Amino acid sequence: MTNYILRRLGYSFVSLLLLSLTIFLFVRVTGDPTTLLVEPGAPQADVDAIRERFGLDQPIWVQYGTFLSSLVTGDFGNSFYYRTPVLDLYLSRLPNSLLLALAAMVFSLLIGIPSGILAAVRVGGFWDSAGKLFSLLGLSLPSFWVGLLLILVFSVSLGWLPSSGSGTLWHLLMPAFALGWYFAAAHMRLTRSSMLEVLGSEYIKLARLKGLPESLVIAKHAFKNALIPVLTLAGINLVIMINVAVVVETVFAWPGIGRLLYEGITFRDFPVVQAVVLLGGAMIVLVNLLIDILYALIDPRIRLER
Amino acid sequence: MAIESPAVSLAPRFSFRLDAFPLLPTLILTSIGLIALLAGALAPYDPEIGSLAARFRPPAWQAGGSVEHLLGTDHLGRDVLSRLIFGARVSVVVGFTAVVVAGAIGTLLGIISGYLGGWVDQVIMRITDTWLALPALTFAIFLTAIVGPSEMNIVIILAAVYWTRYARVIRGEVLSLKEREFVRLAVVAGCSKWTIMRRHILPNVLNSAVVLGTLMLGVVIVTEAALSFLGVGVPPPKPAWGLMLADGKKGMMVGYWWLTVLPGLCIMLMVLSANLLGDWLRVKLDPQLRQL
Amino acid sequence: MAAAPLLKIENLSTHYVSARGTRVVRAVDGVSLSIGARETLGIVGESGSGKSTLALSVLRLLPPSAQIASGRMLFEGEDLLQKSEAEMRRLRGRRIAMILQDPMASLNPLFTVGDQVAEPIRVHERAKRRTAWRRAFDLLSAVRIASPATRLLQFPHEMSGGMRQRIVGAIGISCEPRLLIADEPTTSLDLTIQAQYLNLLRELQQAHGLALIFITHNLGIVAKMCDQLAVMYAGQVVEAGPVRQIFDSPAHPYTQALLNSIPRLSDNRRRLSAIDGQPPDLGLMPAGCAFAPRCSQVRERCRSTPPPEVAVGDRRQAKCWLLAADAGDKFTRGAA
Repeated sequence: MTNYILRRLGYSFVSLLLLSLTIFLFVRVTGDPTTLLVEPGAPQADVDAIRERFGLDQPIWVQYGTFLSSLVTGDFGNSFYYRTPVLDLYLSRLPNSLLLALAAMVFSLLIGIPSGILAAVRVGGFWDSAGKLFSLLGLSLPSFWVGLLLILVFSVSLGWLPSSGSGTLWHLLMPAFALGWYFAAAHMRLTRSSMLEVLGSEYIKLARLKGLPESLVIAKHAFKNALIPVLTLAGINLVIMINVAVVVETVFAWPGIGRLLYEGITFRDFPVVQAVVLLGGAMIVLVNLLIDILYALIDPRIRLER
Repeated sequence: MAIESPAVSLAPRFSFRLDAFPLLPTLILTSIGLIALLAGALAPYDPEIGSLAARFRPPAWQAGGSVEHLLGTDHLGRDVLSRLIFGARVSVVVGFTAVVVAGAIGTLLGIISGYLGGWVDQVIMRITDTWLALPALTFAIFLTAIVGPSEMNIVIILAAVYWTRYARVIRGEVLSLKEREFVRLAVVAGCSKWTIMRRHILPNVLNSAVVLGTLMLGVVIVTEAALSFLGVGVPPPKPAWGLMLADGKKGMMVGYWWLTVLPGLCIMLMVLSANLLGDWLRVKLDPQLRQL
Repeated sequence: MAAAPLLKIENLSTHYVSARGTRVVRAVDGVSLSIGARETLGIVGESGSGKSTLALSVLRLLPPSAQIASGRMLFEGEDLLQKSEAEMRRLRGRRIAMILQDPMASLNPLFTVGDQVAEPIRVHERAKRRTAWRRAFDLLSAVRIASPATRLLQFPHEMSGGMRQRIVGAIGISCEPRLLIADEPTTSLDLTIQAQYLNLLRELQQAHGLALIFITHNLGIVAKMCDQLAVMYAGQVVEAGPVRQIFDSPAHPYTQALLNSIPRLSDNRRRLSAIDGQPPDLGLMPAGCAFAPRCSQVRERCRSTPPPEVAVGDRRQAKCWLLAADAGDKFTRGAA
């Protein structure tokens, strides 16, 4: 097992490196680094200072070295707009995104899992078709439109919920729904297929042969087994949610990192944009690594590997 | 004596018939395509010019609306119907082109990676995995910050973000195709690697590429709309549905609902149709693709 | 067989229907069998002969695409097909139990062994947890599992295949059923374990007074374990009767071929004799006898008309034209 974990760690490390290299190359090669890395409208002295600092005259691999070392020390540059280190800015906004993602995740699981189970148990029936419809809508309705519609109905027409900002539970409801919508459909699909697979297995057959009531067969024997892949996916999706919440956060003016990204592009605050992308990608690599390690600890087949 | 055991009933069930040809979605997609093509002829007004005197007119069936502007006007007095029609053009052009380009690159790299194997495969797959780790929208936004938004750039950016999905799937297919008889025969017959890839592998993966393309169309359109909504998509005053949603937000707070509902409805129709068509194609063309 | 049989199947047919109703597979085609209390009946046949479908039909646990088309199944005098689902559930595990082939797959990986053995007891007899677990302990001892107390708390993957199959056996007898159906219970076990397991089953049968239906493709097991035998081919029972008699002089050509194909040390033939051809596609059955395409003694009539069931001796039947009264041939002994 340690072999496996070491390999996985190495793999993630390489991925992170490649990630930083990709971003770096994009900025240096396809973009114009001087315009990007310098605050718009800065005096020539500042431009020269920046050039000096990032070594823009140096050969590319030296630049990359500088880039990497600054990343490792946590120096993501300073925000032009806020004039504070980007990392601090990012970390201060992250909890908000996490909160939103968690709420959206709860919502998506509360809707996705029961409907998936129902669709599987009544496969081919009405609930299954309803589930398929729901799944289709989840894919086809962009989350930000769902958010806008929610505002239209609940804030503008009915006046029940606040349309922007954060702070209370009421502020959280609509953004969580809008963000979780797509994932609810995804979780429903996975629960359904996982449940169908479990229901076809031999131990379910045996459970029925034992004469157990169907409700017990499903609730006890099938449920737990079916849930395993769903929860795994949910873990990964949580991190994905944090990163794709850009538009929802913008629609609802929710102060998370998605909104930070939006501010970054609106105010041409490039260090912010770069940092959000880098850290977002790193987060996903790391969560994948965590899940794989977790599996290594649980699954006896991997545990027993040399 | 015929007996029906209660566990079984052969009565017809209420379900979506997956093998029925999706007539409605195809019609919708074709209509949207035609609308995009004939936008100039169909739109009653110039979508980029508005009259400030006619701002925020509601659709014709509401009080205050008129048949002059069937679907109302926006905050600059521009006709919504015309903007929707021209917006279709943007969605179709950008979406379709991006999907085709992404598909071409992805398929090509997928074939090369899958067939040649070795370090080429490793390199390409590593790049693919890295790019896949970046959420598409974030990555796209990042790229627009670098190269600046224009219609052409958006297409390139979308292609750059989404080609990895193709590469992954196609490579998988190629790996199993490699073991098939006719490929081995070609190898034995002395065909060069490139010939084999071109004449034997490529036609066989086209099915999957097409199916993936239809499925990706929906995703690309939503991403393009998101980019436009955030202001980094196709630059104004060119009408894009996502941009209309962003503009609409201003009027929405005071109840001008049509500016939000209508463009979103268009997006939804197009994406829904693409997804339904893609699903049908997937089941029809290749049962192996069910795990997509 | 003086007493009424425990289970009597009359003319049972089970069909699988394809999704569009275009293809009907007659998995079980007009099967009649019976078994008395404390008897052991072996059902033998190739894969696809309908053995497992027959077993699942008795318990009415067929997949949704299958349907019992006709027949009666009398268990303790009552027709199982007339029972409601709730009544069937009370029978399953309690009066009629079944053991499946693959013990690893039969046991739920997420629950302890004790939980799974105690479960039917708790459900059927409304026993309290402690009582049920104590019974589980006894059951594990009865199936000869060492240190049952520890094993109760373990998970299926922590045990060997042989042990798992014993646990499945324990689950089977946990509620003292009258009839136990074992569907290829030793196929996935090592040869050395197989004999032990068979002995165990025999002990359990005697201790609990069970009727045992043994489904297998292995004639050796049948010879060892069973009193009665039914040979199945293409969904039909082609020969049935006491094991000894059938082995001594098989009446049906298929049975003859099966027995022939077992290599014997005393044989000095060079080649193994196999049965020519393939089992038929159950969805496209030929007119006439199902075995006709592969039969070495086939006649014209065999191809056109399905053979009747003919009594051979006083407790045997076989479905073959060769045995019919007007066949014109004497009843042949099987080749040695």
